[in-house]
Amino acid sequence: MAEKSDQESFLKVKLNVNRKEYTVAVQPDTPLLWVIRDEIGLTGTKYGCGISVCGACTVHVDGKAVRSCRTHVSDVVGKEITTIEGLSADGNHPVQKAWIEEDVPQCGYCHSGQIMTAAALLAENPTPSDEDIDEAMSNNICRCGTYQRIRSAIHRASAMATEGELKK
Amino acid sequence: MLNPFVRIASDETVTIIVNHSEMGQGVYTSLPMLLAEELECDWSKIVVEAAPVDPSYNHTQWGVQGTGGSTSVSSEWERLRKVGATVREMLIAAAADTWKVDKESCQAQNGRVIHSSGKHLTYGQLANKAATIAEPKDVQLKDPSEFKIIGKPLKRLDTPEKTNGKGVFGIDVNIPGMLVAVVSRPPVFGGKVRNLNADKAKAVPGVKDVVQVPSGVAVVASGFWAAKVGRDTLEIVWDDGDNATLSTDGIREHYAELSKAPGIVARKDGDPQQALQKAAKVLSSEYEVPYLAHAPMEPLNCVVDLRADSCEIWTGTQAQTLHRIAAAQVAGLDPDKVKIHTTLLGGAFGRRGNPQADFVVMAVQVAKAIEAPVKVVWTREDDTRGGWYRPMWHDRITGGIDSDGNIVGWRHTIVGQSIMTGTPSEAVMVSSDGIDETSVEGAKDIPYSIPNIVVDLHTTKIGVPVQWWRSVGHSHTAFVVESFMDELAHAACKDPYEFRHNLLANQPRHRAVLELAAQKAGWGTALPEGHSRGIALHKSFSSFVAQVAEVSLSSSEEAHVHRVVCAIDCGRVVNPNTVEAQVQSGIVYGLSAALYGAITLKDGRVQQSNFNNYKMLTMNKAPKVEVHIVSSQEAPTGVGEPATPPIAAAVANAIFALTGNRIRRLPVEIKELKKV
Repeated sequence: MAEKSDQESFLKVKLNVNRKEYTVAVQPDTPLLWVIRDEIGLTGTKYGCGISVCGACTVHVDGKAVRSCRTHVSDVVGKEITTIEGLSADGNHPVQKAWIEEDVPQCGYCHSGQIMTAAALLAENPTPSDEDIDEAMSNNICRCGTYQRIRSAIHRASAMATEGELKK
Repeated sequence: MLNPFVRIASDETVTIIVNHSEMGQGVYTSLPMLLAEELECDWSKIVVEAAPVDPSYNHTQWGVQGTGGSTSVSSEWERLRKVGATVREMLIAAAADTWKVDKESCQAQNGRVIHSSGKHLTYGQLANKAATIAEPKDVQLKDPSEFKIIGKPLKRLDTPEKTNGKGVFGIDVNIPGMLVAVVSRPPVFGGKVRNLNADKAKAVPGVKDVVQVPSGVAVVASGFWAAKVGRDTLEIVWDDGDNATLSTDGIREHYAELSKAPGIVARKDGDPQQALQKAAKVLSSEYEVPYLAHAPMEPLNCVVDLRADSCEIWTGTQAQTLHRIAAAQVAGLDPDKVKIHTTLLGGAFGRRGNPQADFVVMAVQVAKAIEAPVKVVWTREDDTRGGWYRPMWHDRITGGIDSDGNIVGWRHTIVGQSIMTGTPSEAVMVSSDGIDETSVEGAKDIPYSIPNIVVDLHTTKIGVPVQWWRSVGHSHTAFVVESFMDELAHAACKDPYEFRHNLLANQPRHRAVLELAAQKAGWGTALPEGHSRGIALHKSFSSFVAQVAEVSLSSSEEAHVHRVVCAIDCGRVVNPNTVEAQVQSGIVYGLSAALYGAITLKDGRVQQSNFNNYKMLTMNKAPKVEVHIVSSQEAPTGVGEPATPPIAAAVANAIFALTGNRIRRLPVEIKELKKV
């Protein structure tokens, strides 16, 4: 294989992911998704479409749900990035607990994104109506069709959580 | 190792090795339930492990290892319960031997063997000794009345790892020294590289190499993004080959023409021609459904570590044995030198059981060319345009009714490509006269009493690769047959439910689900203004399903499906929680296809690329699905697929009730929703 040094063309970027600092050497326009997955090695955030349509890559940037597949890494320097791995200490965020209670996932691939989107919704609106849920969740595709249980789980998370648990 | 399917550790962990791939259908829970029912172990101690490729894990009916056809539970129903009972008896024998007592004075319970005196030993304490005891033959299985696990709505064992980011799908695998490749494949099926200029791609930071492989041109990089950027800068002149002029319009015309003449007869009873001539009323319709991509959420991918004398593969496959053979051929190794680690599958719907192992073969080709471990990742666009679709079908169907509303004659001509031809299943699935059973399933075995019927088939050869897509042939035949039944019901001035019911006198299980769905849906009762109901019934994978869909037109004049009431008879239920989830899933999957799904071709090129133009149902459009399971003592039958086939017809029939427009081509077009 041809040997080639890429070091000079890469930029060193400091990122705060899940309250931990990482320094990565990447092209500045690399999507955050691929930095998280390939450079930092956190694979819970998924690639589904790469065009910001399916929501599988959803993470939080300063608490807001963001599509990491269309977010340049240079745009999130100095911001607080949270992935599914950092949503809670041991999978005990009310949304995660509700997901388990309602047995939501099937293949499971889209659910990191579903959970991150739902957690951001509940942080903003702790008692969402069905319409609120539709509005927040209808850009997250699930090919297994778990929508009905996602809705139930969001209502359950809302009911079981104290407000402190939903605000991050 | 007590048995290929179960291992018990000294810490009491019971590892159950599951030989079917977990792609969302819940087999990492339902199959352990079968084994645990007889093993009498502690359910909370169960850990699931994916089986390696080995004949011990072959499908009990197929003779190879694989997952599909909604058969996981039905095929393991006997075997895994027997394994559980066998291991339990070995543990009891080990305890009896330790205590020097009669086996009959010992019993197994919740992970322990207890003697009549009250003393006990745990499975963890007994496992080593039990492994030295000869397997008993002819173990006795429990009477179903004694079931403690089977039939209970247990929660899935794989949910925690699917909610915390820890679950490992193929795309998540990372092995030492691994590079990532994205492959440019011909834009026309069967095309070849005529000229390649990779200079720009090689200059992309992170790109390590560009190699030509039989499947296309691979850009290899340190990570996905560099590989993808590199791939997008490749300058390739393609030789499009024979399929450069393929178009959906052209195929449609060709198929419509073929459907005018009878094909090869798949079934013939009585004298349909004469019956149709004598019928009081005759109806004839043409139906069409498009090519469909499976579009699992996880795009295809495969990790390969190819060495001089071995090959290790990590991927989400539905066809371990066949994919190992295919990988071995490319690697130039014996199949037993190839090891496949089956990861979680981020959806599959048939695609990950590709008969040519396309995504595995491509990855081995790249690994061979670069002589380094590699993960080949398909972009969503690659996945959508990669072929192996549900075939496009054209149906011409004619029915005659007498003055009492009985169907006296039925002629159904089907036109489309064969899925099974050229696969290892061809010998079993394609008859000597060329009938692929999957082309006519659900059409030649319709349940209604029709004395004179002919179903015939034109098998076409088109350069678009096709394969099984959730529910296979039924995905098209249920739509055609159940829509046409509705047409006949209206022609006979009968209620669509009553019309079907009357023709099912000899089909008690069909009739029972039809009655249940209608009753639970309130068939015949008043609905809000602007709403209507449609009904459909279909048997597939040996399960019986009836659905009632409630539909209105949204303000944007799209069909909005509010509620689907589904009755299913799938024999004895192992996990009702899973059955409910799979029925909801199958309906949403079928509804995405009915309302939006179409892969179309122009100038040999697939016109769709991603979820923006190959649309999926989203939450705001998803119906409330109510699942009603018929209680049954019969052996378990399919669950993963049977809910998909009827939904398109149930919705189309509701649209007819609402608008007077008969939907005869999928996906539903908005212009067809205007009231007539």
